[in-house]
Amino acid sequence: MKIGILLKEGPYNHQAADSAYQFIQAARKRGHEIESVFFYNDGVNNAANKAEPPQDDRNIYQRWSDLGAEGVNILVCVAAAKRRSINEEILIENATITGLGQLTDIAIRADRLVTFGD
Amino acid sequence: MLHTINQSPFRGDSLTSCIRFIQADDPILFMEDGIYAVQHGNKFNEIISNLSKTNPIYALSPDIKARGIQNVLAEVKQIDYDGFVELVENHQVNSWL
Amino acid sequence: MREEDGEIIKDFMYVMRRAPHGTIYTYEGLEMVLISAAFDQDISIAFIDDGVYSLLKDQDTEDLQIKGFVKTFKALDGYDVEKLYVDRQSLEERGLSEDDLIVDVEVLESAEIGKLMAKQDVVIHN
Repeated sequence: MKIGILLKEGPYNHQAADSAYQFIQAARKRGHEIESVFFYNDGVNNAANKAEPPQDDRNIYQRWSDLGAEGVNILVCVAAAKRRSINEEILIENATITGLGQLTDIAIRADRLVTFGD
Repeated sequence: MLHTINQSPFRGDSLTSCIRFIQADDPILFMEDGIYAVQHGNKFNEIISNLSKTNPIYALSPDIKARGIQNVLAEVKQIDYDGFVELVENHQVNSWL
Repeated sequence: MREEDGEIIKDFMYVMRRAPHGTIYTYEGLEMVLISAAFDQDISIAFIDDGVYSLLKDQDTEDLQIKGFVKTFKALDGYDVEKLYVDRQSLEERGLSEDDLIVDVEVLESAEIGKLMAKQDVVIHN
């Protein structure tokens, strides 16, 4: 099954980014394809590469980057990103800034869209 | 349709609203702070028990464990992320944010 | 979900359940609706709970220097987003009626909106 993920909250501040990640791992283990992960609202903050979380805690930014390296589309809404100082220069590796229309496109293509947020 | 609730029922109206719109037989999954709805002895027990007569009720076990909730209502089935994915396989998802 | 001329058309419902201005969710949610309108999908918006406040007349954010978006709700018609459902209970609980709203909507019982919701291929809460 093709599953799209919409993430609407930033990392650490809210559990949403963790829940989305755990769900994605479990879905892939069950043989599903994560079509894309789309960051919207404060979710775009998941794509900033300047953060340095404590070393004894999980690195949420790195998780997304690693997922991207494994072929999952990590997409960042351009309009939401511009409001929050997220741009190409500080983007985590393997993520792409894209238009909001991509989200609708994902919802059309995927069998499921699962939203994580506040 | 699978309904997920991730907000404490003491903080917001996700649970009471969801119940107003949900159809019989639709599953509900409590996760994140939504977990607090299904602890035995709180004021939402009756609502959850009534709901369980028409709708299957699930709670995400890693979120229960993280919050130290020992006494989950008997009507609630505890599942892990694998179980969450299985529900998504069978239903479209409505996340009550 | 259906197919027309080889294109997939899904039923999308956007749920507005938060008050405007206090947070950005309604504003960015509205942007999501407008963008998705270009994809020729079957779109509806449900206004539930504090979401009904988004549609109140006489909202004026000028003094706050926040860009208002109430006009955008009025313009939805032009984007072919015509299915606007408002939960009657949410209105009544807030002492509001249809006359207080800035656009033409369908005021429905929760159970009716629930049935519509159950038919959707995609539901996104903003």
